[in-house]
Amino acid sequence: MPDQTIQAYRRENGRVGIRNHVIVLPVDDISNAACEGVANNIKGTLGLPHSYGRLQFGEDLDLHFRTMIGTGANPNVAAAVVIGIEPGWTQRIVEGIAKTGKPVAGFSIEGQGDIATIAQASKKAMEFVQWATELQRSECKLSELYISVKCGESDTTTGLSSCPAVGNVLDKHCAMGGTASFGETTELTGAEHIVAAKAANDAVRKQFQAMFDDYQKLVFGEKTNDLSESQPTKGNIAGGLTTIEEKALGNVEKLGKKTKFVGCLKPAEAPTGKGMWFMDTSSAAAEAVTLWAASGAVVHLFPTGQGNVIGNPIEPVIKLSGNPRTVKVMADHIDLDVSAILQGEMTLDQAGDALIAMIVRTANGRLTAAEALGHREFVMTKLYRSA
Amino acid sequence: MIHFLVHDTADTVGVAVVDIAAGTQCAGRDLSTNKALDAKATQDIPLGHKLALKDFSVGDTVVKYGCDIGKVVQPIKAGQHVHVHNLKTKRWA
Repeated sequence: MPDQTIQAYRRENGRVGIRNHVIVLPVDDISNAACEGVANNIKGTLGLPHSYGRLQFGEDLDLHFRTMIGTGANPNVAAAVVIGIEPGWTQRIVEGIAKTGKPVAGFSIEGQGDIATIAQASKKAMEFVQWATELQRSECKLSELYISVKCGESDTTTGLSSCPAVGNVLDKHCAMGGTASFGETTELTGAEHIVAAKAANDAVRKQFQAMFDDYQKLVFGEKTNDLSESQPTKGNIAGGLTTIEEKALGNVEKLGKKTKFVGCLKPAEAPTGKGMWFMDTSSAAAEAVTLWAASGAVVHLFPTGQGNVIGNPIEPVIKLSGNPRTVKVMADHIDLDVSAILQGEMTLDQAGDALIAMIVRTANGRLTAAEALGHREFVMTKLYRSA
Repeated sequence: MIHFLVHDTADTVGVAVVDIAAGTQCAGRDLSTNKALDAKATQDIPLGHKLALKDFSVGDTVVKYGCDIGKVVQPIKAGQHVHVHNLKTKRWA
């Protein structure tokens, strides 16, 4: 399939984004109020309140910084205002984002209070918004987009239709030289042999297996049965999925038939090259998509069966479903209906092409259902308790 | 109309792609070969739920996508509904 032209934003570092957000990013939970104050003052900015950032340490703190810096660095973000309680960690995040070359400024609250900080940060945010709103979209290639994939509230129809439709797109996208990422580490249980067989080489396979085994240890360590009805979820079970093995086998249909994955990423880690990458993520939709957005993904493909409604503030989430009931009763959440696959009236190749057409429209500016409905789930992954 | 689909020729369950009422003579399709299949449902099978394509005894493995999706914990007859009441994961248990 030939590459296609899209109208998108080419950032200072050459990366391509499809949205033009000016974000107001809190370093920590206690800076949310100041960030929301700025976002309220200056129209066209996007505040991203979250729950963490204090007293974290080790790998968990590294992940916090990676997520904060990655979110600001995402090509869907034109500019970023960062607010923290103190200047040290604030500056660390500002410097991380500044490596992309985009405008970024940091403000800290201690020594002056919320009101003065909001005033200073609002002036800068206004300057950024007026600059960003004059940026023009330019001709870019579809293959320049970094796409993430994950399904949610799956049922047996996702494995039959919407997941293999995404797989069809990944095969085409990666063959064109595109970049993509999948994850959901525990949700590969029962299909891990299929994923392992898709590793590009032994080193990648071993790395995947180590990440998979590590997550299994966590599950066994908590001694639950079926993860206490979390995996499969109640919604999965209502939709006909019975076991984690069955769910996983449907899930991995998203990986396509031909594409091998070229490397493994820690949560929120950016790919270092083209092709398909495994990321070690939770299977919870909002957490996982937040990690992919922080790794630089600019559009997410989200197959759903029973109707997960997730969105992300900076990475548009395109939802597709093949469940003939869901596409009717939850039509407001579904960007692409692929239910005709179940009656043999649409092939997977046709569904893949229809999804590519929807990616192009979304890249050119069409708001996804989740964007139009205001779904902005920004959920940090926390690895363990704070100190 | 197609009532159920099968992912792989080795599969021992089919997936209802419409709501199937008990007693329905069902038309199915094997996605790996495109071959037509038929089966009689002896219980109601809601859209998305599984239909047994053979008899199973306790301890048997159920196959879908050509792979193991768990073990049978209550006897199942061909045509019956296969779900959490008679099929259980072999993982995390």
